[in-house]
Amino acid sequence: MKKSLLVSLAIASLFSTAQAAELTGTLKKIKESGTVVLGHRDSSIPFSYLADGSKPVGFSVDIANAIIDEVKKELGLPAIKVQYNLVTSQTRIPLVQNGTVDVECGSTTNNIERQQQVAFTNGFFKIGTRLLTKKTSGIKDFADLAGKNLVTTAGTTSERQIKKLNEEKKLGMNIISAKDHGESFLMLESGRAVAFMMDDVLLAGEMAKAKNPADWAIVGTPQSSEIYGCMVRKDDPAFKAVADRALVNFFKSGRVNASYTKWFQQPIPPKGLNMNFTMSEGLKALIAKPTDKSAEQM
Amino acid sequence: MNYHWDWGIFFKSTGIGQEIYLHWFITGLGWTVALSLSGWLIAMLLGTVLGVLRTLPQRSLSAIGTAYVNLFRNVPLLVQLFVWYFIVPDYLPEPIQTWFKQGLKPEISGFISVVACLGLFTAARVCEQVRTGIQALPRGQINAALALGLNPWKTYRHVLLPQAFRIIIPPLTSEFLNIFKNSSVASLIGLMDLLAQTKQTAEFTANLFEAFTLATLIYFTLNMSLMLMMRWLEKRVKVPGLISLGGK
Amino acid sequence: MDFSSIVSALPDLLQGMLLTLKLLVFAVAGGIALGTLLALARLSSNRLLSFLAGFYVNYFRSIPLLLVITWFYFIVPFMLAWATGKMHPVGAFASSLVAFMMFEAAYYCEIVRAGIQSIPKGQVNAAYALGLNYHQAMRLVVLPQAFRKMAPLLLQQSIILFQDTALVYAVGLMDFLNTARSRGDITGQLHEFLLFAGVIYFVLSFIASRIVLRLQSKLAVGQN
Repeated sequence: MKKSLLVSLAIASLFSTAQAAELTGTLKKIKESGTVVLGHRDSSIPFSYLADGSKPVGFSVDIANAIIDEVKKELGLPAIKVQYNLVTSQTRIPLVQNGTVDVECGSTTNNIERQQQVAFTNGFFKIGTRLLTKKTSGIKDFADLAGKNLVTTAGTTSERQIKKLNEEKKLGMNIISAKDHGESFLMLESGRAVAFMMDDVLLAGEMAKAKNPADWAIVGTPQSSEIYGCMVRKDDPAFKAVADRALVNFFKSGRVNASYTKWFQQPIPPKGLNMNFTMSEGLKALIAKPTDKSAEQM
Repeated sequence: MNYHWDWGIFFKSTGIGQEIYLHWFITGLGWTVALSLSGWLIAMLLGTVLGVLRTLPQRSLSAIGTAYVNLFRNVPLLVQLFVWYFIVPDYLPEPIQTWFKQGLKPEISGFISVVACLGLFTAARVCEQVRTGIQALPRGQINAALALGLNPWKTYRHVLLPQAFRIIIPPLTSEFLNIFKNSSVASLIGLMDLLAQTKQTAEFTANLFEAFTLATLIYFTLNMSLMLMMRWLEKRVKVPGLISLGGK
Repeated sequence: MDFSSIVSALPDLLQGMLLTLKLLVFAVAGGIALGTLLALARLSSNRLLSFLAGFYVNYFRSIPLLLVITWFYFIVPFMLAWATGKMHPVGAFASSLVAFMMFEAAYYCEIVRAGIQSIPKGQVNAAYALGLNYHQAMRLVVLPQAFRKMAPLLLQQSIILFQDTALVYAVGLMDFLNTARSRGDITGQLHEFLLFAGVIYFVLSFIASRIVLRLQSKLAVGQN
């Protein structure tokens, strides 16, 4: 009894001093520089995108702000300067690794392969990879794409899935890898590709931006089920713990619902279109039981 | 900082079919070479025509050459590429437009856009070199040719251009090396050239250093050997009595 | 074509242009400074120094600028962390700036070298005879004249650099072109925005090159 009490006392004292003095990694860097660098996207509608000006908006940006608030609390800083750093699907992982970006909240799938390179916070969205196509194109599923042009965004899980599928099933598809989702959609809209493969919700976001949203449809059997998380550096458990806690609080306090409604069920910039995207059972489960595991690990 | 060095990465499987990463670099290099050579062909043909135009006594003809050079030299290469890739295809007449966008494989239509861009961009530079080369020749050459009864076409074809080309080998060499390097902008529109393959390898393997080092080595070796080759050629074809123009 | 969105995007575009110009000014200043040092090293009687400078120049002249920009973007933070044992926030701007400076220095070096070599040897000898040392001779006699002679070439190279700054698109820096592209993408008017950007680049470069031409003829007169 006595011994365990001593130990716990020791641990408690260690904890309080550790918190005050022994900051490490990203937290230390933020404390010293008073700045946090947030990785954001250009056209991941409605998660992280540039609606007007150079400040990103979206559901993931709300989450990033929740994380920044939690960091402020943790460090006892009244204000932290937020520096925005635009990333693409291809650059986001190296930029988190090499210290350019402290936290990336966009539309990044948490998977085992990426966990070798970076760490993921608790998940905040669940998606499946599908196809966006013109209603009149006659494309119903992946099998209809044999010999046709398909566009996807470079550096995404979709890109890998489709390249593999194309090779295994010998579909003879021509795969265009565009730089970002906006450019992928441009390829689709201008008729260079008959379908755009991507996370279903991002496809819905691109539709919301289209000149005539009613012309487009999301089709096809989901090729995977994936969970989005924010990326932080690997081997920095202190910072990850703060970020995870921020997400738990964001979920528990119900702020998640307000943010969800704002981005998925109300008119959003730039065109004031409503995505009318009801909350999936998968997301409800993530909110009820936060986890930093990838879909494959569940 | 956790970084896992692995120089054997190039021999590992990409996870797509039977490929290893080295294959990506080889196909990438193939695209880069194809882009540079095709672009160069356009640049040389068009650049020579424009260069000749600029040396003609007719004001209106030389104005065409001047306008071309001004336009293509004052707009960034990347903007020109976006124009050829994103804008021009949308204004092609039907049914060429549909054929270009859907009938052709995407890498072929992308290739055509980049080649047009590189070729027309470099033509402006070749034009200036050809003009300088012709103007560097002694005035007496033209007069002698005309006195011999050659018409202007024959004067250029048999007297002026062959000599001009020989003295502008050094600046043309650097223009060729430029087109070779400039072809890397293809990676920005998703064409899988050497740089794009490098970026993709870096992204798939997380071995940035190794991937970029190999790419640098390839570009460096090719450029240096081309440069040495051209220096040798320059010595071989030197016109006695004429100094070659310093090309840097 | 519908250019209406451009008007409302003008403040953003101006912001982008300011970034482009900031990048240009720093890169030109740093590039010429480093290029001059390299030129002096290349002309130095120290074999090793001149070999290293020569290698540097050949190295950067034989790889694409785009490769340098991309590679620096990913690698500069790693190198800094290794060198100092601490993580430094190096954004796209800083890494692109370093890339431009180091890359352009190789080109400026060759211009400066030619400029120095164009100064008659007698001037240096005269300077030495007057009791100046190497540094004084270079700083007070050779370099001022050389820079005067090469000013047009240095400016011409800087106009090329102005156009090359557009390549920061590759690392997502919101310069003038990337801002235009991004606004065009979100408003569905990519064509209009890209054409607008092209016209602005053209006007600026064209005016600048006219000024350089004028300077060139002025200097040529001054020399005779």
